[in-house]
Amino acid sequence: MNFPVLSVITFTPIVAALVILLLPAQRKNEARAVALASATFALILSIWVYFAYDQTAAGYQFVEKYSWLPALGIALHFGVDGMSTPLVLLTGVVMFTGVLISWGDDDKHVMAGIQDRPREFFAFLFLLAGGVFGVFVSLDLFMLFFFYEIAVFPMYLLIAIWGWVQTREYAAMKLTLYLFVGSVVSLVGVLVMYWQQYQNTGVLSFDMLQMEKAGFSQAFQNIWFLPVFLGFAVLGGIWPFHNWSPDGHVAAPTAVSMFHAGVLMKLGAFAALRVGIMLLPQGAQTWSWLIMAFAAIAVVYGAYIAFVQPDLKYMIGFSSVSHMGLVMLGFSTLNQQGLTGAGVQMFSHGVMTALFFAVTGMIYDRSHTRQIPELGGMSKVMPFAAIGFIIGGLVSMGMPGFSGFVAEFPIFMGVWGSRWLVAVIASISIIITAAYIMRNIRQVFFGEIPEKLAGHVGDITVLDKVAIVTLCVLMVGLGLFPGLMVPMVETGVQNILRLLGGA
Amino acid sequence: MDYINTHLLSTTLFFPLLAGFLMLFLPKDEAKLHKWFALGASLVPLVLSLVAWFNFRPSQAGYQFEEMYAWYAAIGSSLHLGVDGLSLSMVLLTTLLTPIAILASFGINDRTKAYMMLFLFLETGMLGVFMAIDLLIFFVFWEIGLVPMYFLINQWGSANRNYASLKFMIYTMGGSLGLLLAVQLLGVLFKTYDLQVITEQWSTYTAAIGGIPASTFKAVAFWAFVIAFAVKVPLWPFHTWLPDAHTEAPTAGSMILAGVLLKLGAYGFLRLVLPLYPDEAKYFAGALAFLAVAAIVFGAFGSYAQTDFKRLVAYSSVNHMGFVVLGIAAAAFAVGTNDARIALNGAILQMFNHGLSAAGMFFLVGVIYERTHTRNLDDFGGLFPLVPVYGGILIFTSMASLGLPGLNGFISEFLVVRGAFGVGVNSVSVMTVYTAVSMLGLLFTGAYILKGIKKVLHGPMNEQWAHGEHKLTEINAREVIVMIPLMALILWIGLYPAWILNVINRAVVMLF
Repeated sequence: MNFPVLSVITFTPIVAALVILLLPAQRKNEARAVALASATFALILSIWVYFAYDQTAAGYQFVEKYSWLPALGIALHFGVDGMSTPLVLLTGVVMFTGVLISWGDDDKHVMAGIQDRPREFFAFLFLLAGGVFGVFVSLDLFMLFFFYEIAVFPMYLLIAIWGWVQTREYAAMKLTLYLFVGSVVSLVGVLVMYWQQYQNTGVLSFDMLQMEKAGFSQAFQNIWFLPVFLGFAVLGGIWPFHNWSPDGHVAAPTAVSMFHAGVLMKLGAFAALRVGIMLLPQGAQTWSWLIMAFAAIAVVYGAYIAFVQPDLKYMIGFSSVSHMGLVMLGFSTLNQQGLTGAGVQMFSHGVMTALFFAVTGMIYDRSHTRQIPELGGMSKVMPFAAIGFIIGGLVSMGMPGFSGFVAEFPIFMGVWGSRWLVAVIASISIIITAAYIMRNIRQVFFGEIPEKLAGHVGDITVLDKVAIVTLCVLMVGLGLFPGLMVPMVETGVQNILRLLGGA
Repeated sequence: MDYINTHLLSTTLFFPLLAGFLMLFLPKDEAKLHKWFALGASLVPLVLSLVAWFNFRPSQAGYQFEEMYAWYAAIGSSLHLGVDGLSLSMVLLTTLLTPIAILASFGINDRTKAYMMLFLFLETGMLGVFMAIDLLIFFVFWEIGLVPMYFLINQWGSANRNYASLKFMIYTMGGSLGLLLAVQLLGVLFKTYDLQVITEQWSTYTAAIGGIPASTFKAVAFWAFVIAFAVKVPLWPFHTWLPDAHTEAPTAGSMILAGVLLKLGAYGFLRLVLPLYPDEAKYFAGALAFLAVAAIVFGAFGSYAQTDFKRLVAYSSVNHMGFVVLGIAAAAFAVGTNDARIALNGAILQMFNHGLSAAGMFFLVGVIYERTHTRNLDDFGGLFPLVPVYGGILIFTSMASLGLPGLNGFISEFLVVRGAFGVGVNSVSVMTVYTAVSMLGLLFTGAYILKGIKKVLHGPMNEQWAHGEHKLTEINAREVIVMIPLMALILWIGLYPAWILNVINRAVVMLF
């Protein structure tokens, strides 16, 4: 493939961010239009990559390599495998729908979407999106880090400026500190690996494909696996380092919450997998029990805490902790089913949680409250949003026929294959999740509309509906036809298993 | 036609789902259109399942009309459909009751589109369980059927619907949790979910799992399966969700709930528990029989104590379904003997029969509730002269439920009792005691049925319903049409059960 599709996907949002910044501040609609156009472009390219990926050939495809700093062995080295291709698609989808639901409308009295400085908002959002794409496609450890930080940094501004007035400074600061501490720890580990590789092989290179063959000793891997894995996993919301995440979700504006829970948490999990498990496979085997314990606690504890949240957004935030726990649980099995399930769960959870936050945002923009007891009867004024939320809820419960089941089932099978008791413990979360999802759906969407809200809460816009339909189609489609994604993820898993087995 | 011949089951299965999605595009406020469309759509699976019924060869072993499509290759599951005599009779029951239930809900005028869509989705969910011969597909449909039912109760139910619907959902999902885990374990062990393969290997599996002896694991997994199905049947003491759900559900919802959804549990016993766990089933059959007898007796007592007409009928389901499980437990004791086969014949026929009579009873309760807006038995009384046709139909259906000879309930209950007693006499004597105790339940079945009839139809007339704005109106033509197929089948099976027993019996002989 001669067309450098991955670098085009990665740099499209970054270029778009610069273009948007060059527009005059009062031309809000132009800023939005540029944002939508480039998001659509990136989405189309990511769909193309997804379907053009050759599953029979497997391995890294669409590989590009440009020398960047040869003296230190750093190159702009892009490529996707079965694990990252779905995540690239996910990013494209969340970016597209995120722009749609942030469109806003200056004429109506309904204050939906982003009204305040959309130019800067979209610029930062797209910088973030570019960073996310970059992490998923990077095969060079330095570049992965580079994009990782690019993705994390705009988060601070997006939350602190456009976030929920009451907690935004606190949440933005907490989030940034947590994530930077995590990534510094990982960075130390990565630099040690870089140096150790040089000692072992005499090669100075950040190329991850090289580093796989660096021959790290068992003792080295045992020491460095945990810092590297956990440092990244902080962004994946792993218990006990999840604390930043619900606060961040709640404080962030809608589109940022979608990005945050939908894609950014995957970034942490993905980097933990790519760097932690794939480059230090023996360390992963040593410590898998600990990761599994953390993950199982996250799954059950997250569900319990979500159960008692009166704030809709906190509820979703903690359910994300619970669901990302399932991803980590899948990783920690280190077997085919668990890893495959984890890969699918990353996609499924990304779409589902983006939908949840989108609908919650639509409700909040119109009712100005997220307190579950204060809401009610929303299906009467926004039936479309209600259906979307219900489908998301069913995915979240792991209901068969939806993507959540397709993802969770192999994860649990994987756990059965390694430590069966954990499967029994983690399964408790299914019931708790069902209980809080059903209860909240009923409370928020059915019954009578409270007097305070009656009259001034209206339906969602056409763009909102497009976003909801896009996300729902993906979840139902994947749920009914797992063959659309699972074989691809499996090819990526094969590669990981090869590293685990051959190490 | 060729397509239909090769895709008979999948067409039957997915037609309602497809029709439900098509309903999305109907205009929102055309209630009449929604109702007729849904009714028409639900008649198609009925016709298709009749085609299957008449083309079915009872003497042939194994599954017929088999179809297999790739679904989830990564974990070894495929969309594998097929029916034998056991599942085909359940498929027929489902496709028969769905149009009847839809016709019964023509009185609904609130959000008809969503209501009818949920009903069609529900039909696909139920049919899938009966047709699946892949364990994972079975589970998929088993769970997915909960969702439409939850919303039917939650949105169109009566006053206490929020509590009842959540209880229904959580109870069933909680009950299925063990099933889910056990299913996962089987998948991990055998790398496939094909039911035939798993049945062969698991029933004779002896290797230790994770350092724990297979026998322990199998016993736990057996109970995981049993509890999942026992909640659905429902077996005492897992039945407490049922009176609430039935009472709060809209009429047609109760009809389907009692008519088909409870059968899913019993079907699970027959399709999965007995074949997968022959040894465990035999070992624990005494416990199962005990629970079944408890359900029969306590169900009857519970029913007798009710003052709410719908709750009375709801508890009667616990009572009647107890006989199904009694038959299954008796058969588990003595698989392969003639007594066991008689008991199983009775159990399966009882599933079908209870589907007819319970649906009818719930509908009749709904008819009178719609007119009087009360279900309290003390508010009725002496209504027979006001509504003679309704009274006649109610007595007829009640008698079927009571087990009057000549109607269907008698045949199946007799077979169950005969089989269970035979097992008691010929092999395991404790069954004699259980069968004898279950007679106590049967006695009280008579008592609560007659109590219901007396409270509604006989005694001094409650003048409130005789004239004025509350004057009770007679059952209308549509409602009679709903009852006609049910009553016809009740009578037909009662007088000449051979047509259906022939199919059931051959399936039983081949399976057990």
